[in-house]
Amino acid sequence: MLEISRITQIFGGVTALEDVSFAVKKGNITGVIGPNGAGKTTLFNIITGIYTQTSGTVFLEGKDISGLPPEKLARKGLVRTFQNIELFGQMTVRENVMVGMHTKSSCGMLSCALKTPWSVSEEHRIREGAVRWLEFAGITDLADVTSGNLPFGKGRLLEIARALAVEPTIMLMDEPAAGLNSQETLALGLLIKQIRDMGITVVLVEHDMELVMDICDRIVVLNLGRKLAEGTPREIQENTEVIAAYLGEDD
Amino acid sequence: MKRELLKFGVFAILVLLAPLLFSGGYLMNVLVFVGINTMLAIGLNLLLGNAGQISLGHAGFFGMGAYISGILTATYAWNPWFAMPLAAVVVGLLAFLIGFPILKLKGHYLAMATLGLGIIVFIVFNETVDLTGGPSGLSGIPNLTMGSVTFDSDVKNYYLIWGFTLMIVLFAVNLANSRVGRALRAVHDSEVAAKVLGVNTSLLKVQIFTLSAVISSLAGSLYAHTMTFVAPASFGFNFSVELLTMVVIGGLGSVYGSFLGAALLTLLPEFLRAAHDYDIIIYGGLLMLMVMFMPGGLVRGVPDLFRKLFRRGKESGHA
Repeated sequence: MLEISRITQIFGGVTALEDVSFAVKKGNITGVIGPNGAGKTTLFNIITGIYTQTSGTVFLEGKDISGLPPEKLARKGLVRTFQNIELFGQMTVRENVMVGMHTKSSCGMLSCALKTPWSVSEEHRIREGAVRWLEFAGITDLADVTSGNLPFGKGRLLEIARALAVEPTIMLMDEPAAGLNSQETLALGLLIKQIRDMGITVVLVEHDMELVMDICDRIVVLNLGRKLAEGTPREIQENTEVIAAYLGEDD
Repeated sequence: MKRELLKFGVFAILVLLAPLLFSGGYLMNVLVFVGINTMLAIGLNLLLGNAGQISLGHAGFFGMGAYISGILTATYAWNPWFAMPLAAVVVGLLAFLIGFPILKLKGHYLAMATLGLGIIVFIVFNETVDLTGGPSGLSGIPNLTMGSVTFDSDVKNYYLIWGFTLMIVLFAVNLANSRVGRALRAVHDSEVAAKVLGVNTSLLKVQIFTLSAVISSLAGSLYAHTMTFVAPASFGFNFSVELLTMVVIGGLGSVYGSFLGAALLTLLPEFLRAAHDYDIIIYGGLLMLMVMFMPGGLVRGVPDLFRKLFRRGKESGHA
């Protein structure tokens, strides 16, 4: 599904990632974990086209997608969410999700401004589609609230609903549980599993180990810009190198 | 959606009936300018209020529309109805080509680049004397005609200009409540999130910049044909700033706010004439107060004010 091949990223002399490779299987939830500064977010930014890597390649379903901008990746079915949720704060919850359907609609500037019959029927379709994703995320009752006024946990759900509206085949989530309380985290875990069961491949960076061990099919561990280990949650929990990296080496 | 249609209906009826109330010649002339400025403010608001991109060069696009139309009709005897769309196409094409490099800039840098653009255009108007008549202006621009009607009086011009203005209002309202309008507002709030969701933000910014320039050019052509005379002084940096003020005072992102801003800034100087030499101080003071106490613009500030007054009235009623 998604293959990271020998990615290296150097920021003005600092090597953030060095020769990182791994593959994400279709229909899996893959967790990327590691101590702070391991390069997890950098890796996400490279995969999602926000940074361009110094060297290495990213393949999506066998095709080289390195260096493609995020808007092209969205059309290829790859979306992401952000650690500090990036909502359209002045727009309503519903409108946020409607923007998510941008790639699934095509009415242009003139057609929209002249309100051609075609643009009107498309607008209906977008509106109905948005309702479906609001229901999925359980935030239908907040549809007409200005998203900037949402509590953090609801904002997170909105960001997920909005990303799902793109109808992606793969979804990358940057610390989805950050800022959530334990109850919200539990619900999030269920939601992510539901997303996987819809056939969407999920990759997530996360610090909440309980969540990661609970929902991930595979885990990749990064440390100081290198891949330290890869395996099932059980294998990772028993890996001595991983334990050392997290708890500090005992000489 | 129904509410938008109702708002537009009420607005259109008020516009059509206004001449019955203010049939005095001079005020009609001022109201023609309110119409032209409303078009310009709406055009700029699409860019600034929706997409969050600033332009300090819109007087330049306004001027280009006026001059291209003026020169083609006055010097080359074109039919104004052909000159106006040609001017719009030329200005649109220019904005599209310039838009790609300059809209890569953000914030202050974009302001500087568009400011430079406006200044260059202004210099061209002044210096190409053979073409534009230079600082003393270009005269002899014909009025528009429709069948046997020539738009040569204030009342006729009022209906001509406001006919176009109403079309632009409807156009902008539709756009704001559409897929494209949402994408524009998304760019304003979080460009990176808009990109991740598949919005080609750089192209969209150039497109809205172009549309905004085309609307300004159309307003410019109409200005030239109603005034029958244009001079560079109308298209300088001052006017770009005035347009920006209209948009901010009226309410960023609001189509009807653009009208309120344009109306206030066009009418206020006329009413303040009575205050003679102090008019500019009152004018400046009012603008400062507005920005301080109504940061959302007239369109949001005035209803808020009424709500507050009403509530206070009710409370004192109980006491």
